[in-house]
Amino acid sequence: MQTFDLEKEGLRALNSSLHALKGQTNMTRWEVINPKGAHAIAAGVDAEVEITVRGSTGYYCAGMNKQATILIKGSAGPGVAENMMSGKVVIDGDASQYAGATGRGGLLVIKGNASSRCGISMKGIDIVVHGNIGHMSAFMAQSGNLVVLGDAGEALGDSLYEARLFVRGNVRSLGADCIEKEMRPEHFELLERLLKAGEADAKARPEQFRRYGSARKLYNFNIDNASAY
Amino acid sequence: MCGIVGLFLKEPRLEPELGAMLTDMLITMTDRGPDSAGIAIYSPAGKGLGKITVQSATPDRDFDALDGDLREAIGAPVALMAKSTHAVIEVPLEQIEAARAALAHLRPGVKVMSSGENIEIFKEVGLPKDVAARFGLSKMGGTHGIGHTRMATESAVTTMGAHPFSTGSDQCLVHNGSLSNHNGVRRMLRREGMTFETENDTEVAAAFISHKLKRGEALGSALEATLTDLDGFFTFVVGTHNGFGVVRDPIACKPAVMAETDEYVAFGSEYRALVNLPRIESARVWEPEPATVYFWER
Repeated sequence: MQTFDLEKEGLRALNSSLHALKGQTNMTRWEVINPKGAHAIAAGVDAEVEITVRGSTGYYCAGMNKQATILIKGSAGPGVAENMMSGKVVIDGDASQYAGATGRGGLLVIKGNASSRCGISMKGIDIVVHGNIGHMSAFMAQSGNLVVLGDAGEALGDSLYEARLFVRGNVRSLGADCIEKEMRPEHFELLERLLKAGEADAKARPEQFRRYGSARKLYNFNIDNASAY
Repeated sequence: MCGIVGLFLKEPRLEPELGAMLTDMLITMTDRGPDSAGIAIYSPAGKGLGKITVQSATPDRDFDALDGDLREAIGAPVALMAKSTHAVIEVPLEQIEAARAALAHLRPGVKVMSSGENIEIFKEVGLPKDVAARFGLSKMGGTHGIGHTRMATESAVTTMGAHPFSTGSDQCLVHNGSLSNHNGVRRMLRREGMTFETENDTEVAAAFISHKLKRGEALGSALEATLTDLDGFFTFVVGTHNGFGVVRDPIACKPAVMAETDEYVAFGSEYRALVNLPRIESARVWEPEPATVYFWER
């Protein structure tokens, strides 16, 4: 186990050590102490390692992550796991706005609540939120899955493309072109797998969720709307 | 981008530490606003007394013999304590308006930062650590306070353009964001008799709230009105003689984190502003909801 005191050694030193691993290392377990809300902790890692952050993080923790498992033993600031490519990020506490934004792959697990714009423009990432999500979540989400055990705020899935949204609780309102869709057998299977991967299988069952997706009405120009432009 | 910090103490034992805690929080927010910094700190002036905080570009000349000149003008006791470019002037509470009128006449170059029973405002251009040091902020005590680090977008980097803005007795406001309809609202408020020192958007928000309070509205409803009448991005933190309030616009892209314990309620633009507060590990930490008014009073 490599223990790194962020307060003493600084962010540059941490991230350059992690970047130097370049996918091949026998130093597979890392621990970051005294994060104290610092920005960009463990951003840009590309190695199959496990990094435990003991405390709360600031902007863009685990951004662009590839392969690594990053465990945050606190809450995360804005843009956690932004543009994640692969790997796994697990947050024990809450996540601030735009968690998992533009993520292309991997799994983001938020055990508390996520605030606004969770999964905005997601492009293949899977996100499992044990609590609630804020307004404008999954805005323009293109692909991947967003699973929410609690409630969703206003304008869920506005201008949605092909991401799948599963919400167990109430949805304050759906955004433009987002509609409820039927749960088919493949969706129950998918949810079963995501709940297990997201450490939520003891808290929820797939049949408790509703599915939301794109009505696909904004995909093509509609001449009836010409006067609106 | 700007940084906001705020601290409201529930535990009187911490009051002597208020300035030290706020200074640490303010300096942590330097990355969000290196242009200018300011702080509003609330501590009682003493029975029957009020305070006026003033600023001058030439303090040696303006503050020299000012206490004597004011005493003569208003016919009441005056105490003046100069701190760098600012000075806190204590006068009997009922003489505050008379003292302000006399000041404008005696020292036309002096700007009033704030006045009231409890409030003192110190703000200047420069890095937060330098601004804090020149006023000795870390030595100040009080019941609650608000600080701001500024990265200017809407108006010039000047002392008067720094936050907090005070547009009413014991009131102040700081802002992260930018307003788009401030010119229209300023014109409306001018017709209603409000006066402005700058072309700054935040001063309009402060005056908007002061105007509502002047007409007898409660602070809660004045803050609610910002959600319908002010257009733009904002996280506001507002101070009054006995508390502070927080409101974010409905889009809520300007960050805000709060922490509450039995000893205090704290506000930070980012969590890292709060990390050195006592017993933060066991605090309830949350983000204020969009379009929701929060308020704490003692």
